[in-house]
Amino acid sequence: MEFLDTVTLSRLITAMTLIFHIIFATLGVGVPLFISIAEFIGIKKKDKHYELLAKRWARGFVITVAIGVVTGTAIGLQLSLVWPNFMELAGNVIALPLFMEVFAFFFEAIFLGIYLYTWDRFKGKYTHWFLSIPVVIGAGMSAVFITTVNSFMNSPAGFTMVNGEFAAVNPLEAMFNPSSPTRILHVLGGSYVTVAAILATIAAIALLRKKGAAAYHKKALKMTVISIFVFSIFTAVAGDVSAKYLAKHQPEKLAAAEWHFETEENADLILFGWLNEENEPVGEIRLPGFLSFLAHGDFSSEVTGLNETPEDERPPLIIHYFFDLMVSIGLFLLGISFLYLVLSRFKRFNVHNRLMLWMLAASGPLAMLAVEFGWVFAELGRQPWILRGYMTVEEAATSSPYILHMFFLFLALYIVLGTLCVRTLRKLFKDNPVEVELEKHYPELSKGDESA
Amino acid sequence: MSYEIVGITVLWLFLYGYLIVASIDFGAGFYAYFAKVSKQDHITNKLISRYLSPVWEVTNVFLVFFFVGIVGFFPSTAYYFGSALLVPASIAIVLLAIRGSFYAFENYGSKKSNTYMFLYGATGLLIPASLSVALILSEGGFITEEGGVVSLLYKTLFTSPLSWSIVVLAMVAVLYISASFLAYYASRANDQPALQLVRKWALFWSTPTIIMALTTMIALSQHNERHFENMLDLWWIFGLSVGSFLVAAGLLYMGRNYGTAFIAVMLQFFFAFFGYGMAQYPYLLYPYINIEDSVTNPSMAVALIVAFIGGLLLLVPSLILLMRLFLFDADYVKGKK
Ligand code: HDD
Ligand code: HEM
Ligand code: HEM
Repeated sequence: MEFLDTVTLSRLITAMTLIFHIIFATLGVGVPLFISIAEFIGIKKKDKHYELLAKRWARGFVITVAIGVVTGTAIGLQLSLVWPNFMELAGNVIALPLFMEVFAFFFEAIFLGIYLYTWDRFKGKYTHWFLSIPVVIGAGMSAVFITTVNSFMNSPAGFTMVNGEFAAVNPLEAMFNPSSPTRILHVLGGSYVTVAAILATIAAIALLRKKGAAAYHKKALKMTVISIFVFSIFTAVAGDVSAKYLAKHQPEKLAAAEWHFETEENADLILFGWLNEENEPVGEIRLPGFLSFLAHGDFSSEVTGLNETPEDERPPLIIHYFFDLMVSIGLFLLGISFLYLVLSRFKRFNVHNRLMLWMLAASGPLAMLAVEFGWVFAELGRQPWILRGYMTVEEAATSSPYILHMFFLFLALYIVLGTLCVRTLRKLFKDNPVEVELEKHYPELSKGDESA
Repeated sequence: MSYEIVGITVLWLFLYGYLIVASIDFGAGFYAYFAKVSKQDHITNKLISRYLSPVWEVTNVFLVFFFVGIVGFFPSTAYYFGSALLVPASIAIVLLAIRGSFYAFENYGSKKSNTYMFLYGATGLLIPASLSVALILSEGGFITEEGGVVSLLYKTLFTSPLSWSIVVLAMVAVLYISASFLAYYASRANDQPALQLVRKWALFWSTPTIIMALTTMIALSQHNERHFENMLDLWWIFGLSVGSFLVAAGLLYMGRNYGTAFIAVMLQFFFAFFGYGMAQYPYLLYPYINIEDSVTNPSMAVALIVAFIGGLLLLVPSLILLMRLFLFDADYVKGKK
């Protein structure tokens, strides 16, 4: 089996774990924010619907957090197990954010435990809400710290290299390397928009099914769609800044993503299409001058082409599609949430029509795909480097002959975890539908629901 | 004190912390299963699940803290342990994953099935066994490095008396620590039937714990004489450990002061664990990793220590809050909240 060498397998096992982990990591970053917002609105407006929203989201969150934690533990250990040479070298420079990430988790885990088990234990309502703040902050900070590690792999900084060893290490400079700021903003924005979209999907599906408790679901939908709108603007802006970062610091990644081979001014942006024998794009959509604009904010500026990069250091050209799909989904999310907000201003128009609900129902899965595409783009686009300019993926991998077995071991694990997670969540909410819960705990509310 | 001493002390403390909190958790899993099989679950299960629910995630972070920290302070551990432990550590990850996630699925999802209870109980013993492989490797003689390739000698590992005694010691210690904690927790809840049962378990497992500790010492003297001699030089620490054991066992036997008894158990392991670690100094992995040569650069070491102090300032108050709400709040323990 030629192509299944240890290096390829190491990459596959890492990619598999991360692609699985990132689903739950994204939820872990975003869901606390929305729980917190819902509980706050609920207290402020004295609206039990929002309180129930917060409670139900929190209940589902417990399940996804568990998988986030166990897969996170897996990837944390795998970094040393699968990439021992990389960790030995990079550990000298990048240990600080990894270490701080653990504190962020610790902080989050403690308060999450407290939050979940103390719904009715305090007198003042705000006391319990207040406990959600450290969870939101802890989740956000863990994303910030881990993202700086990934940024470091793309734009290493904060050291000098002497005889293959790092010297004059400056941990803070390594942490706040050139790509950290843009990436942190984009990752956080992406997580929040994705979670908003997933929660909107849940509400939209419930409304499509017409199971009852319509007022409850409509409130959830409104709140989440507003959030999609806000955070998708934020994410798009941060993504644009990320592209400008790439143009400056990793031109080969941007060039490969855009199939931009010759350095030129007023460069065109190429959307989709495919490459012919001569490596020329065919069947593409061309936006004249837009690549220059994306790269430097000026239609006539010069954009470095891929031909400037030595052939063996070029990223794979397939990342073009991942980039385009991510951006398309981003624009879709922005568009659909904008449409919903505009149309809901017109009293006569029924925003909750089937087409609109279907599109909103699609937005959650699409957003999660955008996160996955974005990461695959970012990681594949770094090839062949693991630490850009210093160490290649090949040099970093383990030499253990058992990596193939481990691949299948983890594949089986993720299949089991994924299946059980879906089954548990379905059961959790099916056995205890909103209508029933409203009836049971807030009988005064369920009456009004029928008319809404 | 030099950076490497500060670093290893902090990490060892956290590993000790994990040893205690994880043992409680793992052992409780085993007891929950055992009680079910022996039809005593009506007595104990409420007690066990009330303690476990809010804290399992926190337990896990102790472990993550340790392995992230050790790679940070001593990057070459990533190279040697990472290369050698691919299989055992992957197995440990899978077991941890099964345990953690099944816990969430079952507790929040549906009723407890038998398979689940079995897996929960079995992983409680298998995880300590698989994690202890790292400790076994550090004694040296189980790893070779040839042409830049580090490999684990499975045959040596599986046929060494030292490996097996450490593994068995890990398992019985888990049961002992856990039972003595549950006895304390039951006495706080004033749950007499449960208390009598778990007290019996604690007493039962105290003897094998001491026997295995001695067996491990003997196996160690055969395998790594340097380490063993150093331990003999530190005899007073181990004396304190034995003393604490006697106090704990005595109190458990008399059936009083369960809080003090549990503290004595903690001290027993504290002394033994630190004595063991100090005797291994200066090696992290005999003879490849020596803590003086492998410590990270000074600027990173300082940064990590500063981050650590900052982190503690944040965590200690939060942990105290957690414990006051769930561990020391008498009403909660009794099940009134
Ligand atoms: C919902 C998620 C989402 C959405 C809607 C977008 N992105 Fe994105 N993008 C990500 C989620 C993401 C990500 C998963 O968070 C990535 C992967 C690596 C990273 O830093 O963030 C990413 C990476 C990433 C990078 C690569 C950064 C690097 O490798 O250094 C660029 C240039 C962009 N994005 C640009 C955009 C633009 C112009 C968008 C226009 C709308 C956009 N993204 C929408
Ligand atoms: C940007 C990408 C990532 C984000 C946003 C992220 C976020 C998270 C979150 C939120 C959790 C905890 C789940 C929870 O308790 O709510 C988690 C768990 C974890 N993640 Fe990730 N993660 C990312 C990628 C990674 C990577 C690449 C690593 C490996 C270095 C990693 C290491 C871990 C570890 C060790 C845990 C478990 C911590 C614990 O036991 O509490 N994460 N991650
Ligand atoms: C959490 C979001 C992340 C996702 C979804 C992700 C995804 C991926 C994917 C898909 C690959 C495989 C690329 C390939 O086929 O070569 C990969 C490779 C890798 N990633 Fe990331 N990554 C993330 C963040 C990180 C972070 C924060 C780190 C560092 C701590 C990291 C370290 C690596 C390593 C070591 C490899 C293997 C080398 C390589 O193939 O480039 N990743 N990741």
